Amino acid sequence: MKVLVCISHVPDTTSKINFTADNSAFDKNGVQYVINPYDEFGLTRAVWLKEKQGASITVLNVGNKETEPTLRKALAIGADTAIRVEAEPTDAFFVAQQIAAVAKEGGYDLIIAGRESIDYNGGQVPGMVAALLGWPFVNACAGMEANGDTYDFVREIDGGKEKLSASTPFVVAGQKGLVEEKDLRIPNMRGIMQARTKPLEVKAPVEAVNKTQTGAFSKPAPKSAVKMVDAENMAELVRMLHEEAKVI
Amino acid sequence: MSVLVYLESWEGKFKKNTWEAATYAAKTASMLGTEAIGLCIGKLDEDASEAGNYGLSKVLHLEGDAFNQFDANVYGAAIAEVAAAQSANTVIVSATFNGKALAPALSIQADAALLSNVVALPENASPFSVKRGVFSGKGFNVLTSDAAKRIVLFVPNSIAPEATGGNASVEGTSAGQGSISPVAVKEVDRVKGKIPLPEAERVISGGRGLKGPENWGMIEELAEVLDAGTACSKPVSDMDWRPHSEHVGQTGIAIKPNLYVAVGISGAIQHLAGVSASKTIVVINKDPEAPFFKAADYGVVGDAFEVVPKLTEEIKKFKAAN
Repeated sequence: MKVLVCISHVPDTTSKINFTADNSAFDKNGVQYVINPYDEFGLTRAVWLKEKQGASITVLNVGNKETEPTLRKALAIGADTAIRVEAEPTDAFFVAQQIAAVAKEGGYDLIIAGRESIDYNGGQVPGMVAALLGWPFVNACAGMEANGDTYDFVREIDGGKEKLSASTPFVVAGQKGLVEEKDLRIPNMRGIMQARTKPLEVKAPVEAVNKTQTGAFSKPAPKSAVKMVDAENMAELVRMLHEEAKVI
Repeated sequence: MSVLVYLESWEGKFKKNTWEAATYAAKTASMLGTEAIGLCIGKLDEDASEAGNYGLSKVLHLEGDAFNQFDANVYGAAIAEVAAAQSANTVIVSATFNGKALAPALSIQADAALLSNVVALPENASPFSVKRGVFSGKGFNVLTSDAAKRIVLFVPNSIAPEATGGNASVEGTSAGQGSISPVAVKEVDRVKGKIPLPEAERVISGGRGLKGPENWGMIEELAEVLDAGTACSKPVSDMDWRPHSEHVGQTGIAIKPNLYVAVGISGAIQHLAGVSASKTIVVINKDPEAPFFKAADYGVVGDAFEVVPKLTEEIKKFKAAN
């Protein structure tokens, strides 16, 4: 069984977000990069498949050379091989076509991605890949168990959960629940040493167009100073919420 | 040319933000100088002509065995087919869990651009541009598309539904009779009588400061008097005090209510990422140095176990008097 895990290279969750002086781009200065947290759940789930069902794992990133340490980290966590498609990921449709091309060529049985990346929050790529390949798609997947070639899934829905099943091949857009936070693998020294010699293939992108263009960035308007209310005077808080904030 | 909007329903009933989607479509259509058409999929127990009250000129209703259960690819392909039949070059979808699942498939089938995580009405008709949230609430970006067709996936609670008093005809449609999904839905487990977080107008959220799951009664009482949804911080969900579906923050759900009340939550940057779009934030914390106060509109320094029941009482009094 061959598993393809899509890895986004994103600013660490604690990063302060700044934009360049002309607001045309994200300012990468001083930013630490990590495996996208949603992808990390998927990667660990794939490592379980490898350990229990004997799967092989390929991690894939569409990006330039600076994403390689992130792919090496994924190899250190337990992936077998890595592929980097040499292209700037500026548009979800473009990225989805790259992933679909790699998937077609590699003969994978299933694709696991995160339900969104924490930088551009588009949440578009996994569903597009599934549609391009004509494979079933499970979004916001919070549980996956193999039953031979059939898999049972838990999908988050508004106000609850849904249980699903489908056969390979399929695409999953994962989140917490695929594995729990405590199950996430941290690379150990042996893994890090092995990762250095695992194959990392750099591929040229297939021809694809962008359907969107990124314009100006801005930051949320600064909040006005907090109004402190005496803990003994909740009537005053209710008055403010009614008269000033007009939310009750 | 027209604007098509997917009017989502569950178990035959429209959702609160179905009418927000209708209003979004009507306003987008008026900006583009065209009409807005609604599309309902699956069995309905409610009258879809209500959509006319929110500015839609007609509503199409698509039924069939393929649509009895939700599937991203089946629904996406069906909406794309209806959009083509109606010459719609703009399709509006509310970013519920199902909306987020179907929109990418819809964009591929319709050969349309997908503009997602959109937080306001479109800014410009030509080139078509929208404001979207990026970096998990820490920034915004103007996204433009010059593609001939586009899908707009907007975040619930981005605009207020606006009743205009119009009427819409409801017609059956046969377009998009999709194939049966290869994904089998075995069980749907939806909490009854609770407001799903992404569409809740008010949310009461508890953190580690509440000391244990047995203390959530007062959070639920406050939520009940305010007709609010309940949420929690990441540590609370990690410790299984509350279900993961209540976790708001960077790796949980991002929400945008009018009122967010955080009780016993210190306000880590990852938590703020999921709630900073809230219109009004009230923070109740016994630590006056809690970083959350800097992001709050109203702050109360005090013991949650005393403050929350008092607040609940005062809201009851307020409601009785108004």
